[in-house]
Amino acid sequence: MASIRKSAREARGAVGKMRVPRGLPVVRDREADGTAVLLVEDLKVYYHTAAGPVKAVDGVGFGLAAGERFGLVGESGSGKSTIALALMRLIRPPGQIEDGAVLLGDTNLLDLSEEQMRRMRLAEISLVAQGAMNSLNPVKRIKDQILLGLRDHGVRLSDAEAASHIADLLQRVGLKSGVAKMFPHELSGGMKQRVCIAIAISLQPKVIVADEPTSALDVVVQWQVIDTLKRVQEELGAAVILIGHDMGLMAQAVDRLGVMYAGKLVEVVATRELFGEPLHPYTQLLIASLPSLEGKSDLRGIPGLPPSLLHRPAGCPFHTRCPFVMNQCRVEEPTLIEHRPGHWAACHLYGSEVSA
Amino acid sequence: MSASPTATASAALLEADNITKVFSGGLLHRSQLTALADFSFRVSGETPSITAIVGESGSGKTTLARLLLGLVTPTSGVVRYKGTDLQELDKEAQRAFLRDVQVIFQDPFEVYNPFYKVDHVLDTPIKNFGLANGRRARRALMEESLGAVGLRAEETLGRFPHQLSGGQRQRIMVARALLLRPKLIIADEPVSMVDASMRATILGSLQKLNREFGISVVYITHDLTTAYQISQDIIVLYRGSVAEVGNVETIVQEPQHPYTQLLVGSVPVPNPDHPWQGERALDAPTADLTPRGESFCPFHDRCPHTMPVCVEQHPPMFRTAPDRAVACYLYQESPTMPAAEMTSVITGGAGGDRGQRTGERGQKTEAV
Repeated sequence: MASIRKSAREARGAVGKMRVPRGLPVVRDREADGTAVLLVEDLKVYYHTAAGPVKAVDGVGFGLAAGERFGLVGESGSGKSTIALALMRLIRPPGQIEDGAVLLGDTNLLDLSEEQMRRMRLAEISLVAQGAMNSLNPVKRIKDQILLGLRDHGVRLSDAEAASHIADLLQRVGLKSGVAKMFPHELSGGMKQRVCIAIAISLQPKVIVADEPTSALDVVVQWQVIDTLKRVQEELGAAVILIGHDMGLMAQAVDRLGVMYAGKLVEVVATRELFGEPLHPYTQLLIASLPSLEGKSDLRGIPGLPPSLLHRPAGCPFHTRCPFVMNQCRVEEPTLIEHRPGHWAACHLYGSEVSA
Repeated sequence: MSASPTATASAALLEADNITKVFSGGLLHRSQLTALADFSFRVSGETPSITAIVGESGSGKTTLARLLLGLVTPTSGVVRYKGTDLQELDKEAQRAFLRDVQVIFQDPFEVYNPFYKVDHVLDTPIKNFGLANGRRARRALMEESLGAVGLRAEETLGRFPHQLSGGQRQRIMVARALLLRPKLIIADEPVSMVDASMRATILGSLQKLNREFGISVVYITHDLTTAYQISQDIIVLYRGSVAEVGNVETIVQEPQHPYTQLLVGSVPVPNPDHPWQGERALDAPTADLTPRGESFCPFHDRCPHTMPVCVEQHPPMFRTAPDRAVACYLYQESPTMPAAEMTSVITGGAGGDRGQRTGERGQKTEAV
């Protein structure tokens, strides 16, 4: 597998780790050593409509350590899927990346030409899209669909090499090698999703972006897919950005979690701390609204609705629904600040002092 | 063919009697799929209950909803409304059925006509059933219904569907169902396309209709957690047959059927310290047994406890406790129970106090 990766990489030049500027939420433990494989800085993606720009992603920044599993959660319309597409440079009009940087190593993906970006996709950063299982070509055998990506990246393999590479990939995602000869309709939803993971890792990318990879799958199959993704990612040492809306699944799948609300990150922290001591009122209410299997309780939703992204309210985007709203919240927008080591939140309740 | 008054008094509001639905296709109908087999269910209408029907895709849960609504005819067995076969209701009974039994579908986007304001979906049943006369009275009724599901009329009425969120649209569907003061609401995956923060609100309003208006709810879902939270009883379906049925608290806390065990273990708990077991909740299947006939346990190929009998005969229901039954040979020491009696273990099946019924049933079980 290493040689395949090498031949795909020669065309591009290597990608390394980089120092993280202060003021971006990243892991700062010994292992990560303040370096990141992916840095997203002040990303803004707007959809231009007749009524004005819809600010789907409005100034989002975070860093991803090598081998880290980072989750982005939020409700529909919070901008999480737009981030996934922006990272892959797949935003289509009327959407547009307005500002920001997506640094993969020393390369700012937003500066690349379309052809340079095409070479980066799959090889350095790959996407398991929402409903990816429906993206498989119904008239092509699985092996041909896996090889398609390799060929596009200039990997030339003999039939024997290709067969062994495909068998290896399928085995990594827990599928039998016989699947290679099958057509997509012969596979179940979970198997198709695992084929998509196999394709996503076929060139050993540094970063895998998985956008709701398990929505529309049954709970047992969800477990299989996430388990596969975790295992493969650990074996390859790739970093994963998992995007989803299921807090339970996130709690089980990622190391660190960013909570999105109305196009902004409102809280970023290690998963255990997020569920143990959430700081942002939105996160607190979101966690309180989750039903559990451990005893019945009254079901509590979050009153109100997310704001229109066309006409953002002044101040904090959550102030219209927040039970702790203060005058300051209505006028001044809070910034994402590290209130405790590694625990970032955008909320005036915790002041604006930056801790050491 | 309308039922006599005495029969109406004793008959259940809605009753599925041993229904089976087989879909056939292909040349000469040679390819057949049993979507639902030997299913019995009863909503008395006297005790308002919430029953959850839980299953993964392909378990037959949506087929069941369609059968209960009379949209699909069972291959065998009957669905009865107040004692009369749904397919044989006269015009008057049909109208009463349409009023007594309401449905909420999964997709809050597809049920609206985009050209009409949302008022239309509320106004239509009011007019059709003559619930109120005059604009003011109609408006008051709509406002009352919307209020019951936590919506403000001034924020919803007069708008087009695309101006409202999925959660708001789904709550309007609940309000619409409530307008008719039905006795039963069948909700087929009502929250699967709605955000987490709104899910609790919608389920809460269903619960409120049950408590305050005495409406029974059949909650069809793939989500064990919400099923546990809102229902008293649960029916777990697997590939078209009932795996386990009974009190939701005991079934979720101590699942007996290996499939229910797998389902409970697969739920991702929002607590990183709680292990997500998934398939590790069960040992790997050991026995390599293949069924030779048509009748076998549908879970035999994934079950770690498969025995020779599992591939020879579909397991009957074993009543392991007064308030639960399970279709698994691991419990064959418990008395068997005919499929038609399945609903006797659940709250909505019969009227009266649960404790009392449990006592009666205890005796019945002994007699068996």
